[in-house]
Amino acid sequence: MRVQLLSICHGRSGDKGDTANIGLIARKAEYYPVIEKYVTAEKVKRHFEGMVLGKVERFELPNIWALNFLLHNALGGGGTKSLKNDAQGKTLAAALMKMEIDVEEKIKI
Amino acid sequence: MKDKIRIASGQGFWGDLLTAPVDQVTKGPIDYVVMDYLAEVTMSILQKQKRKDPKLGYAKDLVGLMEQILPVCQKKNIRVITNGGGVNPVACSEAILTVAAKLGLKSLKIGVVLGDDILDHIDTFASAGIELRNTETGETLQAVRSRLQSANVYFGAAPIVEALKKGADIVITGRTTDTGLTLAPMMYEFGWSLTDWDKLAAGTVAGHILECGGQSSGGNFSADWKSVPDLAHIGFPIAEAYPNGEVLITKHENTGGLVSVQTVKEQLVYEIGDPKQYITPDCIADFTSIQLEQSGTNRVRVSGVRGKPATDQYKVSMSYLDGYTAFSTLTYSWPEAVEKARAADRILKSRLEDLHLEVEEYRSELLGYNSSHGAAATTPDDPSEVVLRVGVRSRDYNSVERFGKEIAPLILTGPPSVTGFAGGRPKPSEVVSYWPSLIPKSAVTPTIVIKELER
Repeated sequence: MRVQLLSICHGRSGDKGDTANIGLIARKAEYYPVIEKYVTAEKVKRHFEGMVLGKVERFELPNIWALNFLLHNALGGGGTKSLKNDAQGKTLAAALMKMEIDVEEKIKI
Repeated sequence: MKDKIRIASGQGFWGDLLTAPVDQVTKGPIDYVVMDYLAEVTMSILQKQKRKDPKLGYAKDLVGLMEQILPVCQKKNIRVITNGGGVNPVACSEAILTVAAKLGLKSLKIGVVLGDDILDHIDTFASAGIELRNTETGETLQAVRSRLQSANVYFGAAPIVEALKKGADIVITGRTTDTGLTLAPMMYEFGWSLTDWDKLAAGTVAGHILECGGQSSGGNFSADWKSVPDLAHIGFPIAEAYPNGEVLITKHENTGGLVSVQTVKEQLVYEIGDPKQYITPDCIADFTSIQLEQSGTNRVRVSGVRGKPATDQYKVSMSYLDGYTAFSTLTYSWPEAVEKARAADRILKSRLEDLHLEVEEYRSELLGYNSSHGAAATTPDDPSEVVLRVGVRSRDYNSVERFGKEIAPLILTGPPSVTGFAGGRPKPSEVVSYWPSLIPKSAVTPTIVIKELER
């Protein structure tokens, strides 16, 4: 089944210099293995094509059902140097919620 | 030893809700109020103010706030801990003492933490072989040495603990970590040692939850923002800490907002890197060990936190001048709003090229269309309006200023049905870039000065 992350996740994003971070949190324990399996660093990098110039790193926090993504060179230089309206990446978590994943497992939404 | 203490977040950044600290000290029982003022570029702004007037260089908001809360704090025995001292904690403490005298307070002891400001010692460090290379790019400081605006070591909780031991009612620091402000009272009250890594990590996690104020008590909450009651009167978070390292995150009763496992989780993942290595001057906290549990209405229990030994280096935050930017916006309306905005963008770019300005970067975005989400955006076919936002950056002030004169002409010499050009020509503003570095802990020593009300 095709699932949009918005229906199974919440999250928050922010900045550290020119690196943005997105914390992606599963809404239920049963959704965590799904996002862990399908929301890979490569998939996130493709989702933000043209916006994230560097690599995307992923870290897991199974204790709080969360993944943490670091998006390098994503904020137009960061800080006061950036010419972006969203220079601190505050809306990137919302942008990630748009992602759709094809899930083989049966999950209840 | 107390069986628990309540530490309240009063400010999450410089510019935060001014009523929050007042609510925290008046609307329920607390023992400490902690206020975080310093972001990465804040120090350079404060350094600039200090250069103009040696009596400035701290978060001025703080003085007015203290005037409001000091009498209550004294009556209820609430201590205040803040890094609002910026680059001039001594002047800050003197301004607060003046306010205290005006209020007629009988006594007041302020502990001032000094030693984080290393701007005047950079060359001494260099000759001692401490290079202060950029930890992200590896560059040597030489590249920006002449443009350096501020240089501050991030101290942790330890100097604040020392100030509390000396009997301080208020502790004013410069560049102290946000998390150290919350950890310090736990170490002081419960007698935690400097090497009790799990407990230091527990206090650090509590500090991370508190450091952005209302962001853990219902503000900016993505999971279900419409369910958060009365954000107009949001209660800022409170950490109820226990000697064994357990912490309950809560807020005062009869305030708005929400403290739930989800609101706390969103703050836990905010601006972190590797969750197993949350590095502070005090310890390394492992965020993958944190256990959360809803233990009541607006009460979340935080437990199980594990920590590792601190590193032998302090983080250093430096800033340097890096040119100028200017921005402007124009609003284009239906029909063909997007095409009009894009045409205006092309015309502007062409005119700027004709002027041969020194522009290092030019960026245009369409607000209301795709500026936030880029390739991931769902764009409307023919929106009622879009906002064209253009910006330039350059080392050359004159080029940036000249760019500002090219916006208004677009109204009468570009695509039609355009409005929203207000505020006159955009003025160049200074770019302050950030230079992160590390320094051996042995190279700097925090010192505590006690300032008291003169009788």
